[in-house]
Amino acid sequence: MASALSRKDFVSDQEVRWCPGCGDYAILAQVQKLMPELGVARENVVFISGIGCSSRFPYYMNTYGFHTIHGRAPAFATGLKITRPELDVWVVTGDGDGLSIGGNHLIHVLRRNVDLRILLFNNRIYGLTKGQYSPTSELGKITKSTPFGSVDYPFNPIAVALGAGGSFVARSIDVEQKHLGEVLKRAHNHRGAAFVEILQNCNIFNDGAFNDLTDKAVKADYQLILEHGKPLIFGKNRDRGIRLNGMRAEVVQLGNGVREEDLLVHDETNLIQAFLLASFEPPLPTPIGVFYAVERPTYDASVNKQLQDARERLGEGDLQKLLRSGDTWVVH
Amino acid sequence: MSVPPEGVHSASDETYAKIPPPSKPVVERSQVVIRFAGDSGDGMQVTGSQFTAESALAGNDIATLPDFPAEIRAPAGTIAGVSGFQVNFSSHDIFTPGDEPDVLVAMNPAALKANIGDLAPNGVLIVDKETFTEANLKRAGYDSNPLTDGSLAKYQVFAIEVGKLTTLALRDLGLNNRTVSRCRNFFVLGLVSWLYQRPTERTVEWIKNRFRKVPSVMEANLRAFRAGYNFGETTELFASAYKVPPAKIAPGLYRSITGNSATALGFVAAAVKSGRPLFLGSYPITPASDILHELAAYKNFPIYTFQAEDEIAGVCAAIGAAFGGAIGVSTTSGPGMDLKAEAIGLAVKVELPVVITDIQRAGPSTGMPTKPEQADLLMAMFGRHGESPLPIIAAATPADCFYCAYEAVRIAIKYMTPVILLSDGHLANGAEPWLVPDVSELPPIEVNFRTDPNGFMPYARDEVTLARPWAIPGTPGLEHRIGGLSGEHLTGNVSYSPSNNEMMVRLRARKIAGIAREIPPTEVYGDPAGGELLILAWGSTYGTVREAVDHLRSKGKSVSHVHLRFLNPLPSDLGEILRRFKKVMVAEMNMGQLLKLVRAEYLVDAFGCNKIQGRPFKVSEIVNRAMRALEE
Repeated sequence: MASALSRKDFVSDQEVRWCPGCGDYAILAQVQKLMPELGVARENVVFISGIGCSSRFPYYMNTYGFHTIHGRAPAFATGLKITRPELDVWVVTGDGDGLSIGGNHLIHVLRRNVDLRILLFNNRIYGLTKGQYSPTSELGKITKSTPFGSVDYPFNPIAVALGAGGSFVARSIDVEQKHLGEVLKRAHNHRGAAFVEILQNCNIFNDGAFNDLTDKAVKADYQLILEHGKPLIFGKNRDRGIRLNGMRAEVVQLGNGVREEDLLVHDETNLIQAFLLASFEPPLPTPIGVFYAVERPTYDASVNKQLQDARERLGEGDLQKLLRSGDTWVVH
Repeated sequence: MSVPPEGVHSASDETYAKIPPPSKPVVERSQVVIRFAGDSGDGMQVTGSQFTAESALAGNDIATLPDFPAEIRAPAGTIAGVSGFQVNFSSHDIFTPGDEPDVLVAMNPAALKANIGDLAPNGVLIVDKETFTEANLKRAGYDSNPLTDGSLAKYQVFAIEVGKLTTLALRDLGLNNRTVSRCRNFFVLGLVSWLYQRPTERTVEWIKNRFRKVPSVMEANLRAFRAGYNFGETTELFASAYKVPPAKIAPGLYRSITGNSATALGFVAAAVKSGRPLFLGSYPITPASDILHELAAYKNFPIYTFQAEDEIAGVCAAIGAAFGGAIGVSTTSGPGMDLKAEAIGLAVKVELPVVITDIQRAGPSTGMPTKPEQADLLMAMFGRHGESPLPIIAAATPADCFYCAYEAVRIAIKYMTPVILLSDGHLANGAEPWLVPDVSELPPIEVNFRTDPNGFMPYARDEVTLARPWAIPGTPGLEHRIGGLSGEHLTGNVSYSPSNNEMMVRLRARKIAGIAREIPPTEVYGDPAGGELLILAWGSTYGTVREAVDHLRSKGKSVSHVHLRFLNPLPSDLGEILRRFKKVMVAEMNMGQLLKLVRAEYLVDAFGCNKIQGRPFKVSEIVNRAMRALEE
């Protein structure tokens, strides 16, 4: 049944109400396009969100959806996934929802490795509340709540996810449709908590935050596309690469004795390397793609296995026997 | 207190067969209250629990009150570190752990100092004499030794060298001093078991089982227990032993149950009877954690337990599970309730069945975590932003927690609503005998998931209950979105229509008000047709109020008792009942919260009887306040 579905089947009857030009439209379109390709029955798909612009997402998906409260979507999703492990549960959150008010839930859901897809739309600003700085806004950022510039050191979402023990950590960009689609597909195929940071442009309150990464004229010089097993090469002419210099990464120009074999090769299973890539700041390029992907037991499967083992060992629980257990005596 | 009938025997006399016949005279008593008190490391909770188990086997009615410090190990020998366990056992029906102990066992000076004020005049005081050293006396804040300065003259004092006698009994076991010292509580339990002629086999079995992996410790505790028992028999200190005959109790299988245990079992029963898995999302908090511990053990039942990262995640996960068709439950105490408020409000709006259990403790803020209070009622009623009514059910006794937890789930599912279940620290840790029900007698809990896509609308309502359909993910054709934004009638689609918002607020309020149809006619204990004074109460004050009313009625006073299980909605006959009485007194462990509700709801000039000390009422406190009201 699922194979017969098309993108249209995943479009809900609700009018999409993001600001015209918002990066969220591109993400929504990509997710709706991807859904039929995943081979999951529509009734088994659930989108759960918190509060913020990104969190309106479930209303526009013709699947099951739950728009919850600020920052807590991972907790709702955890309860659902534990009790209904067969469902395909997606969490949609933002930089404020997921990293500020909901930071605690995000790190714990990653640590537990609950089998969820977590899409964090990072526009480095509070949009729904009309333009305050967020936990990913850069130092010195002038916003409504920081008229003299932010003195608030930002989070690096990828590093947070890796530090929290995420088993799948990736980054893509709203307008990089093909790349985003591939990353989301990878995330979907991962068993465990799949964290995807999606750099997303807020054209109203933080327009152009990722211009370097999206402007066709220059983006190849700023993006570093990660591919497992391949050397880290970037640039319009694909003539620059990343080389290790001790524990540090440096940009090198290929040629003049610098060969591809000298470059760092991407290894998704190498946590230390993933941290290194997460730490890239200009003048190093911004990595996009899968930073880290390993398999480890998922929380929901482990919980259900304990229950199943107990049933096999002890038999199905007998309520009457349970009530009559403990410290009992008979009065005649 | 009313005088109970003496010498009613109904339990099997076989239970007495194993007790060695006493060589000393045995005096019969109808009721005894004992409090065991010692340092928190002295094992007083175990001692009290075992004495309770022995008394249950002896066929007595029992009620207990553990009282322990919030600190796991407060400095040894200090008042702050004193842990106590009070047990009331009787040959007749009892409702409370007793106002004042007849017997106080004090394992050190601090325990004596903290508890002596409660001991009844001429009460029996058993102390471990050896602990009354200068250092310990100073630590407890004594200027002189109460054992020698005459300050204990109005009590029957038995100063016993517990440590020395225990050491003697264990001397050839080659144990270190610390291990020997830790057997002192079993010496005392043995002694008190002799004094009240308790059957000892349950304690012997318990010790054997508890210490089966360490045979030397098992042997030491068994010997200490036996030595204490024999000491009572042979020493000339005690002229007689006492016997409390069995109470007249309905036949059947009983178990001793605490409120928290009963709550856990109520949830298990609801899961089994509804055929739906139960999901508990919880964060450890005193005094609610035992429910999490207990449910976590029942893995062969359809019970999921999730120790969340915080209180908020606990309830959110429960709501997420309810969205998926499980019974969502979250257990907590006051501070956790504060944190869960926003999520509970969401559950009100999206109309999903969850039960939030608040084991109330003394506040505000961290307050006194191990002490009971009933001051969360108004928070349960109103502690969320916006108009967000929900049903509130309060348990009256430890065993009643079972039925209330079960009922809370039943109501939550039938009406598709979050329910708040109120218990408190007194019920949570207090125990009483529970006549275990037959599972088949429990009311059914029907779950009807919507499966038909034809005409499905997520916020269409049942004509009678006004409940919306439970349409769970995985059901083809019912894909829909729910959320906290104001939603349109029937479709649930986001709507900012002013009139729709008011209609939805009123619809949900009507749904909750309609739950009154589930409440059986209110029982008026005393004068159903009306009288001088009605005492209205709820929650754990049940036993105390009932005993106070019995006492007042035995003196010819026209005093009645109504005890509420549903705090929201209130029973539909309550207003009319209140008007039958000249005076209405609301007894509760807060500043007058139910009082405010009934005054507002019924325009009745009720007055309060209040206590906010982290301790249950004494029967005498209710009696005195009622007497004053009758005389006014």
